[in-house]
Amino acid sequence: MKITDTFRFATNAATAAPLRAGLLVLAMSIGVAAVVMLTALGDGARRYVVEQFSAIGTNLVIVLPGRSETRGFNPANLVTSTPRDLTIEDANALLRLPEVKRVAPILVATTEINAAGKLREAMLLGTNDDYINVRQMKVGLGRFLSKDEVGHGSAEVVLGAVIRREIFGTENPLGKTVRVGDRRLRVVGVLSEGGQGMGMTTDELLIVPVATAQAMLNSNTLFRILVEARSREQIAEVKAHVLKTITQRHDGEEDVTVITQDAILETFDKILNVLTLGVAGIAAISLAVAGILVMNVMLVSVTQRTGEIGLLKALGATSSAVRQLFMVEAILLSLSGAVVGVGLGYVGAAVLRHLYPSFPAYPPLWAVLAGLATALISGLVFGVMPARRAARLDPIQALSKR
Amino acid sequence: MPDESLISLSDINRTFYLGDSKVHALRNVDLNIARGEYIAVMGPSGSGKSTLLNLIGLLDRPDEGTYKLEGRDVTTLDADELAAVRSERIGFIFQSFHLVPRLTAAANIELPLVLSGFPAAERVKRVSQALKEYGLTDRANHRPNELSGGQRQRVAIARATILRPAVLLADEPTGNLDRVTGEEVVKLLEKLNAQGMTLIVVTHDQALGARARRQIRMEDGGIASDVTNSHVEANDASRDGLPTDIIPSVDIPTDNAQTVPVEPVSSLPASRQPNEG
Ligand SMILES: Nc1ncnc2c1ncn2[C@@H]1O[C@H](COP(=O)(O)OP(=O)(O)OP(=O)(O)O)[C@@H](O)[C@H]1O
Ligand SMILES: [Mg+2]
Repeated sequence: MKITDTFRFATNAATAAPLRAGLLVLAMSIGVAAVVMLTALGDGARRYVVEQFSAIGTNLVIVLPGRSETRGFNPANLVTSTPRDLTIEDANALLRLPEVKRVAPILVATTEINAAGKLREAMLLGTNDDYINVRQMKVGLGRFLSKDEVGHGSAEVVLGAVIRREIFGTENPLGKTVRVGDRRLRVVGVLSEGGQGMGMTTDELLIVPVATAQAMLNSNTLFRILVEARSREQIAEVKAHVLKTITQRHDGEEDVTVITQDAILETFDKILNVLTLGVAGIAAISLAVAGILVMNVMLVSVTQRTGEIGLLKALGATSSAVRQLFMVEAILLSLSGAVVGVGLGYVGAAVLRHLYPSFPAYPPLWAVLAGLATALISGLVFGVMPARRAARLDPIQALSKR
Repeated sequence: MPDESLISLSDINRTFYLGDSKVHALRNVDLNIARGEYIAVMGPSGSGKSTLLNLIGLLDRPDEGTYKLEGRDVTTLDADELAAVRSERIGFIFQSFHLVPRLTAAANIELPLVLSGFPAAERVKRVSQALKEYGLTDRANHRPNELSGGQRQRVAIARATILRPAVLLADEPTGNLDRVTGEEVVKLLEKLNAQGMTLIVVTHDQALGARARRQIRMEDGGIASDVTNSHVEANDASRDGLPTDIIPSVDIPTDNAQTVPVEPVSSLPASRQPNEG
């Protein structure tokens, strides 16, 4: 029998029982759609997190006050357990390292902004002029903070886009004076809308010089120091030198934690990939269930078509030809289910993206291929038994059955 | 001595076991059938007629004895070889027609060609010819449930003969048909026989059996009588409109007792194509 004829015959047999075929295709397509959609979700989550962390800048090394507990026992811990604060001087010292391109100290607090008769809560961020470059953000209007050579902190503020809109509407805010906490600050710029990073939007920020912020909060500690290495290759070096410099400055005590953006990215990437795989695996179980359904439906079909099988044998069909006919039918049904499922999965992912536009829920190609392959394999595996049963039928008994 | 029989059964035994009981369906059957014969197999129910037919049709194997088809010992062939012989040399006709319900008349007739891997163009040609020969052209695209019993059996006969087998085996071919339609079908079979195809019909119908030149009566698994009626008129192939194309391309021995006029067959195309399995 020619392979094209085998396919034609099997297609014909499958479509002759539309309910049976429809159920099978449905079961298989639900399994495949689940794989496609759930991996789209998982991979979307991975991309989302990676994008968020990439959005904070490139080649970043981040300094946090306090020791990370994972670094093991250090006798210094016995002497003192309260970590020293990070200071602006620490940040300036880091800038002197040769591999360091930029440094941005960060101080954050919640505060209130009061202007044009409106009062609003906002996030205060104290930093320097380099912050805009380190974070790769854009100024939409005016300019960013000026360079604070002296370190006294000028009375200027850069507004987030939403703050600007809510306080000033369409009015030009540049040069206007706003009240932040107990200070009067002059608006010098507005950030572009839509800035993201570390899960927080920059649209509701008030950015002031770090010295000004420290004065407002009456504190000289920093929340973080962002350090940008000159190149990707130098990140490890920067990390080591930063740690050494701060330790030296803190009387030999290693009381800060230095993490690299790459390490964070990698960790999240790994965790979320495993998560995606796990989710895909769970979804694949539904494919196995669909496979068992394929087997059952095909077994029923063999029983119903006993007479036909006997006839084929009487007409000279070999056992292997009969087996092939039923195998091809099972595979065709599974595959069409898989194709429908991929379609459904893509539609589902598109709906997800529509509902959550910031969430990049695209089905990864590997998952689509794996879904198709699993459907095909389960069709093959679960098609074998019914096909063999058909091939083994005794033609005389098959023919005598009506 | 060269074996000139088409079918030669010697000392065939076939026993079925049903639980503890043992059914001797065929016992020590010896039978020689020449090419072109017309045989009716009769006998009471359970006497082994169908078993004999299945055995001749290679759907079943004997427990003992040898079966030579066209001089070749077929008892030693494996399942796939048997299938090949079945496809090429044997045509079956059943009481219940055994048409595939989802396939049209044309597609049912085409089945043996499809199974044997004939190219599509050749299939179309042969099927349309067969449809014409059996008066089914206007029913080509009807499914079996849209056909009358007689039409169904004609489709089945067209299907059984499309590969021009040497032997046509019919197990109660008129059993599901009324008398008139049954008669038509029998005439059709006899025409094929008149053109040289060996015909073996199992029947309960005495009148139908009497039409055959050779009548075999079975009883309890054995051949009780085997009579050749010399007085039965040979069917005249020239009387009917059946084209000569469905004559099997075999030589009929000159000493054949049945003097059926056979037209030359040299114009026939090669009847077999390479089987693609
Ligand atoms: N597969 C089988 N298993 C067991 N016994 C069988 C089988 N096939 C046939 N027999 C038995 O063998 C005997 C002959 O059966 P067979 O079908 O050849 O009879 P038959 O002459 O065709 O009868 P009928 O005229 O009723 O069709 C019967 O007794 C039957 O019960
Ligand atoms: Mg019978």
